[in-house]
Amino acid sequence: MSSFSITEPSKRQKTIAGVLVVTYALITLLPLLWLLATGFKTSSDAIAYPPKVIFEPSLEGYVNLFTTQTRQSEEFLAANPPETWYEEIVHEKGMVIAGPSRFGERFMNSVIIGFGSTFLSVFLGTLAAYAFSRFKVPLKDDLLFFILSTRMMPPIAIAIPIFLMFRQVGLSDTHAGMILLYTAVNLSLSVWLLKGFIDEIPREYEEAALIDGYTRFQAFRKVVLPQAATGIASTAIFCLIFAWNEYAFAVLLTSGTAQTAPPFLPTIIGVGGRDWPAVAAGATIFLVPVVVFTILLRKHLLRGITFGAVRK
Amino acid sequence: MTDTVADRMAKATPPGVARRIKGLSDRAIAWAFVTPTIILLLAINIFPLIWTIRLSFTNYRANRPNADVEWVGLRNYERILTDSDIWLTMQATAHFLFWTLFFQVLIGFTLAWLINRKFKGNDLWTTIIVLPMMLSPAVVGNFWTLLYQPQIGLFNNIVAFFTGADPKAFSMIGDVSLAPWAIVIVDTWMWTPFLMLICLAGLRSIPDSIYEAAECDRASKWRQFWTITVPMTLPFLMLAVLFRGIENFKMFDLVVQLTGGGPGNITTLTSIDLKREAFEKWRTGFSSAYAVILFVTVFGLASIYVKALNKVKER
Repeated sequence: MSSFSITEPSKRQKTIAGVLVVTYALITLLPLLWLLATGFKTSSDAIAYPPKVIFEPSLEGYVNLFTTQTRQSEEFLAANPPETWYEEIVHEKGMVIAGPSRFGERFMNSVIIGFGSTFLSVFLGTLAAYAFSRFKVPLKDDLLFFILSTRMMPPIAIAIPIFLMFRQVGLSDTHAGMILLYTAVNLSLSVWLLKGFIDEIPREYEEAALIDGYTRFQAFRKVVLPQAATGIASTAIFCLIFAWNEYAFAVLLTSGTAQTAPPFLPTIIGVGGRDWPAVAAGATIFLVPVVVFTILLRKHLLRGITFGAVRK
Repeated sequence: MTDTVADRMAKATPPGVARRIKGLSDRAIAWAFVTPTIILLLAINIFPLIWTIRLSFTNYRANRPNADVEWVGLRNYERILTDSDIWLTMQATAHFLFWTLFFQVLIGFTLAWLINRKFKGNDLWTTIIVLPMMLSPAVVGNFWTLLYQPQIGLFNNIVAFFTGADPKAFSMIGDVSLAPWAIVIVDTWMWTPFLMLICLAGLRSIPDSIYEAAECDRASKWRQFWTITVPMTLPFLMLAVLFRGIENFKMFDLVVQLTGGGPGNITTLTSIDLKREAFEKWRTGFSSAYAVILFVTVFGLASIYVKALNKVKER
């Protein structure tokens, strides 16, 4: 034990704790590493027994993910030699590429709906959070609790009337409909988180700006917003991750035009069984942005997942 | 910083003057800023909720929009509360809730306690442990069905390696006695980091001086743990359980992708059952009543729990 602090854990304690935590982390990582690896296997390697840890990497999964293919006769294949590396991979299986798959489209839907709803919920959330933070809004606590309580409803429960409502006004299976819906769901998070961040900005800054002749709105725009930039950015990432990962509403309310990736990925099926490399490839592409964001966010993670209730 | 001209003027100017400066009044801005949020939430959360309550007293079916709709009073509610299948899904949900919370609290707290030993590189490993929690439950749940395959699945082979069992001999998602545990395992894998992060914040909020005082009083480490560490992290732990409890009560995406509610109905949690009633059998009126009952249950349980949480905080 070190001489200056009796509460500092001993070296041996630290080592044991370190070993245990690292072991857990590696176990936790295993399914994700397996996902990554499966994306680079051939379909037969993916379902081999015993499971293959060492394998020859292949891009078959990624090619299958992005294309649709048809089986062709030997003569046809011989007459049409492959021109690109991806055509060659398909060719070896006795198939030719018939066209692009739906994955690109679904991925773009995720991007459009994710960014659209994030922008809206952060925009509206910042305004509301500023008002709740700085002004005497009547029934403030009740309104804030009301905003939070909207998150307690099971998505399926409000999906029924939303389905009917969207059908009535022509928003079923549209980007606009999904953006509005995700914005509404994310508002609770963005208002609560941003109120916490704005509460931390000293009021004196704005008051000084007001004295300098700024209007309240200018003070908000030129003084508060730049100060809240980090908070706004991390709130935006949390909203984006939610919209990105959302499944229940997406599967119930979209089927074609506006379908996002989460309901689409599980529907990928290959010839004669599930095409696991393609599924894993799609999942990998889909999950990587979130992994990057999580690493960027790590300082504000706790705050985000508890709606600002716990700050480090 | 503190003594710019503007600051001195700000202090010298009565607040009333500042408010009367040109531009919109504070009041107008407050309303203009809050209203869009409230309107959107009313339109997409409250209006649908009221509509659900209205529908719950009817026999409306969304796949027959032109059929006559009859008011049936409380019949939907009566049927749900006396339906033995729905009680079974409630039981499945209770099993899922209890065991996921149990394992997540246990493992999450232990991990937080270990990480709080401040070994070298603990930040990096914390970030790695957190990853599963941030990923799409539907996509990850779907991939776990490969890990759970008999014979070829990684999970089965690892279990076989450590226990000597035959990886062909059991199917985590096909076996009635194993499937409820299959969903508990994946949920625990995903959400233990949530408990861990919050417990870690709790542990870090305990000032060293308390332990130092306890050390002076010759309190054993064991006693320090139970009289300082546990009670002081408890409010954090309870908050985390509240969040997870609400989320897992609503659980849909992960489980629907993993087991689809099967085999049979053994992992049909209430949300999955509700989805079937509403969007497969199209019993809109009936499922609206079902949704209302679920919402009231979550809200009721959460309110009771928050009261208990506040009591713990006061101590």
